[in-house]
Amino acid sequence: MATSVAAHVPAAAAARRSGIWSWITTTDHKRIGILYGVTAFMFFLLGGLEALIIRAQLASPNNTLVDADTYNQLFTMHGTTMIFLAVMPLSAAFFNYIIPLQIGARDVAFPRLNAFSYWVFLFGGLFINASFLFGAAPDGGWFGYANLTSKAYSPGLNIDFWVLGLQILGIASLAAGFNFVVTIINMRAPGMKLMRMPVFTWMALVTQFIVITAFPVITIALVFLMFDRFFGTNFYNVTAGGDLLLWQHLFWLFGHPEVYILILPTMGMVSEVLPTFSRKPLFGYAVVVYSGVLIAIMGWGVWSHHMFATGLGPIADSVFGATTMLIAIPTGVKIFNWIATMWGGRIQLKAPMLFAIGFIAMFIIGGLSGVMHSSPPSDLQQTDTYFVVAHIHYVLVGGAIMGIFAAIYYWWPKVFGRMLHDGMGKAHWGFMLLGMNLSFFPMHFIGLLGMPRRIYRYDTALGLDTLNLVASIGAFILGASFLIFIFNVFWTRKRGQLAGKNPWNAATLEWAISSPPPVYNFSVLPTVSSRLPLWTEHGVSEIPDVPPEPVHVPGGTIWPILTAAGILAIAGGAIMHTLWIVLAGALFMVFSIYRWAFEPFEV
Amino acid sequence: MGVTTFAALGLSACSGSFPQSTLDPASGFSSDLADLYRTIFWWAMFVFVVVEALLVYAVIRYRARPGREGEPRHVHGHTALEIAWTLAPAVILVFIAVPTIQTIFKVDGTPPDGALEIEVIGHQWWWEFKYPELGIVTANELHLPVGRPVALTMTSADVIHSFWLPRLGGKRDVIQGRTNRLALTPDSVGEYMGQCAEYCGSSHANMRARAFVETQADFEAWVQQQLTSPPPVDSLDGLVQRGAQVFTSIREPANHSCIVCHRIEGLSYGAIGPNLTHVGSRTTIAGGTLPNTAEGLRRWLRNPPGEKPGEMLGRTMPKIDLSEEEIEALVAYLQSLR
Amino acid sequence: MTHAVAHDTSTGLDNRKMAFWLFIGSECLLFGSLIATYLVYEGRSISGPTTHEILNIPLTSISTFDLLMSSLAMVLALAAVARGDKLWSRVWLATTALLGSMFLGFQAYEFTHFVREGLTLQVNLFGSTFFVLTGFHGGHVFVGVMWLLTLLFRSFQGKLGPDKALNVEIAGLYWHFVDVVWIVIFTVVYLIQRQ
Repeated sequence: MATSVAAHVPAAAAARRSGIWSWITTTDHKRIGILYGVTAFMFFLLGGLEALIIRAQLASPNNTLVDADTYNQLFTMHGTTMIFLAVMPLSAAFFNYIIPLQIGARDVAFPRLNAFSYWVFLFGGLFINASFLFGAAPDGGWFGYANLTSKAYSPGLNIDFWVLGLQILGIASLAAGFNFVVTIINMRAPGMKLMRMPVFTWMALVTQFIVITAFPVITIALVFLMFDRFFGTNFYNVTAGGDLLLWQHLFWLFGHPEVYILILPTMGMVSEVLPTFSRKPLFGYAVVVYSGVLIAIMGWGVWSHHMFATGLGPIADSVFGATTMLIAIPTGVKIFNWIATMWGGRIQLKAPMLFAIGFIAMFIIGGLSGVMHSSPPSDLQQTDTYFVVAHIHYVLVGGAIMGIFAAIYYWWPKVFGRMLHDGMGKAHWGFMLLGMNLSFFPMHFIGLLGMPRRIYRYDTALGLDTLNLVASIGAFILGASFLIFIFNVFWTRKRGQLAGKNPWNAATLEWAISSPPPVYNFSVLPTVSSRLPLWTEHGVSEIPDVPPEPVHVPGGTIWPILTAAGILAIAGGAIMHTLWIVLAGALFMVFSIYRWAFEPFEV
Repeated sequence: MGVTTFAALGLSACSGSFPQSTLDPASGFSSDLADLYRTIFWWAMFVFVVVEALLVYAVIRYRARPGREGEPRHVHGHTALEIAWTLAPAVILVFIAVPTIQTIFKVDGTPPDGALEIEVIGHQWWWEFKYPELGIVTANELHLPVGRPVALTMTSADVIHSFWLPRLGGKRDVIQGRTNRLALTPDSVGEYMGQCAEYCGSSHANMRARAFVETQADFEAWVQQQLTSPPPVDSLDGLVQRGAQVFTSIREPANHSCIVCHRIEGLSYGAIGPNLTHVGSRTTIAGGTLPNTAEGLRRWLRNPPGEKPGEMLGRTMPKIDLSEEEIEALVAYLQSLR
Repeated sequence: MTHAVAHDTSTGLDNRKMAFWLFIGSECLLFGSLIATYLVYEGRSISGPTTHEILNIPLTSISTFDLLMSSLAMVLALAAVARGDKLWSRVWLATTALLGSMFLGFQAYEFTHFVREGLTLQVNLFGSTFFVLTGFHGGHVFVGVMWLLTLLFRSFQGKLGPDKALNVEIAGLYWHFVDVVWIVIFTVVYLIQRQ
């Protein structure tokens, strides 16, 4: 691989591609994708560890493994980590690596902005977790309801870490959002019409639109909280006439679209895997695309279903109940399209396919408990109980995480050039399925039988000791399943079967080039004439093994990471309540932006 | 698997071994919610069985097998089918939406005339209950006459909490600056447990509540007892009088003096912690986490933050430097406040 | 800002222009949330100065006009850059920046005057919502002024020829957007006061 790069890229550039400095200054979407993936996976393990401690505490009633404050930090960080530091960036890893390959582009629209997004994500994740070093991890729940999060009721640094950390992470997401929308709309290869794009790219496009519209809302919610805590404003101050529900409305206006940010990309991933391993195209491509768009739009109209217990009144409850039920329709349609894709196919039950099928099976359960929540009166007995915990984990672990692993097993050969061991993949899947069902299914009952969420201990009088123990055992089995995956990764580093261009005999453009792809992706930009280029005669123009003329590959740059460092310094100064550090960080950030803007950089 | 487990638990729920079960209703309100849930549950079960069966069937029937070679027919869509499976869920949702909306309006919290008025105030981390028409103030436990509608008017003194006694009804958040309402009519005599259902800080898990639904006669007896003034301090003797002495002693810092936070009719007027005028008549203390026995009281008085973690700006009970003798006296005094 | 020629794009629209329109879209939600909060809390302050007592519509009309005129200057600046007119590029860029700075001056005066009259961030809901909303807007104007001065500097370096017109156009998009946001704020906060 290195030799082919050297032949077609200036020698100096080739030399600059090895070593840690080349990774720190990289603007290559493939490297950034790998950085996102590895970093997100580490945070996933951290979030998982937090979950295991939680379940160990809850394995028996009135347990004293951890104290109340530690527990409250653990569940807050588990949620925050899994949502913002694991699932979103794991999807981002695939956006980064796969989208340019699927649309026939050499890179994303703004490679330096892309690198910047990654570094800001990393620094934001490190910042918020640094709170543990101060014994002050965020402890207001991942949803941080006012006024518990006000200075009066949370006087320590915990919520400051949360507020500042999330704002940093928001910057990363927004930058990536702009980048990918422009990339997908504007950098497609000739013939790659929008309705010829792979569904994964489509779902990514839709997701980025949700990001750029939803994140500003939570930014403002957090700004208000930050100003209340740092400067004494009154946004969430009841004695000044403020309304605590303002926080909830702003948060959930972001929060509900956020769950579609979490699930839509993984639905796209599943939509790629199913056709490949069924040996037939996705059934109802257009409908699957449109339903994704519809979900994104309708997702803006349901937010108050998180607030059915707050006393909104019967009219608001009815409206939001109705809109929430309606959104089940485009969601359900996808499931039928997926089953129809497999119907009449020749299904190969390789690891990626097992995860994709698992996604469907588990998401149905999570979706149905969601329909139960959509009825406001019914929800009055379910909200804030373990029934909701069951729902969210079925859709997020059974859905999103399974979908992400389908993608990992599917695209691993493309990224690393070697196959993961399929048998180990199947074992991983089996234990994951067993563990998650053993853990989360009982939670439906635990909730209906009266155990609220977010409690560090429960009384044996509730009669829920056994169910909780079973749920805890399941959690540990689920955790163990990931060890199989980790072992698989290390085992196949040297021993994995070499992948070749298209080990799955798949249809989309990324499989037309070598595994891993050359640094410039395509020796010549292809012309595409079909939605399934590799399954269609003359579906894609020929892509020679070597470029006919040298391909320019942009070099590295230090300014994205330094700009991100400036932002980190601002947050650091803020948490230390030290103005000069804030100003110095801001100045450094501005300086880095200017250097970034004026450096010579050819895309 | 799901159905049988559910059924088994549903049956066992009736045996009272799940005191906070939402499927074992004891009021019209919680019955309405449970009935609605059952309707939705069976529709969901139907969809679950059909869709999972289709999935499993597809995976098994269309598996690649040696002997089944060749590329399958590429089918891109089927409009009639897609319309059908878009409409079918929509129709099912109508069957869920209609009873939903009917129930929303039925349980919206407007109480009938003549309902017993109760004010609920959530605190970190205990529940305050007031009966304004009767002039009663108590904490952590409610007494309700069976068969009479209750109108709960609810707010919070600090952060958002959620009032939830599952067998008596759905939950409602209590929010500072807002007044929320619930209405319910308990239909069976018994003891009903509940707890706060909105994360409210360190001891969210320790904010329990209990309702005793009793006959009209028992309820009136309880009311009378609550309205009886405690005997004056100089009429007390022995350990009980010593306890009253400890209770009224001035300590440093100020919030270590009982009278600063607690109210006892005729003795002290603190308004931060629970009213203790009839604390001896309650079955639990400490937000419902400890039994109201001598041992329970001792444990609490020795180290409140140890029992209920979370110090909140002088509004939670601190660890007070009390000798064992003082504690014994206080226990005797508090137990005498029936 | 050293991209030579825009690459061929699927829509024919330059990547940077498209990205900027998306950014403006997300900024609409940012300011929308701020304005919505202002409206939700309008008239609900329990104490402290109210809108009627403290807002100075005549003065703010002048600053609004100033900002509107700055948008005109921006349009003229873009036209000058596009036709390669070095002198007038610099004149109009400087004018836009100057008018923007004057707007900031008006804001600074207004803020300090309000504080002296007793309206602070902390005193009531109006103080909090007003200062955060208009402060965010002012911060955006400030960034715009810095951007314009940077372009002006580049012009003096001889690096702002017609081939760089897109850079100026994008700065113009930002500037006009900030102006439009001000029109909305002026209308919602100053002109349509709750009775």
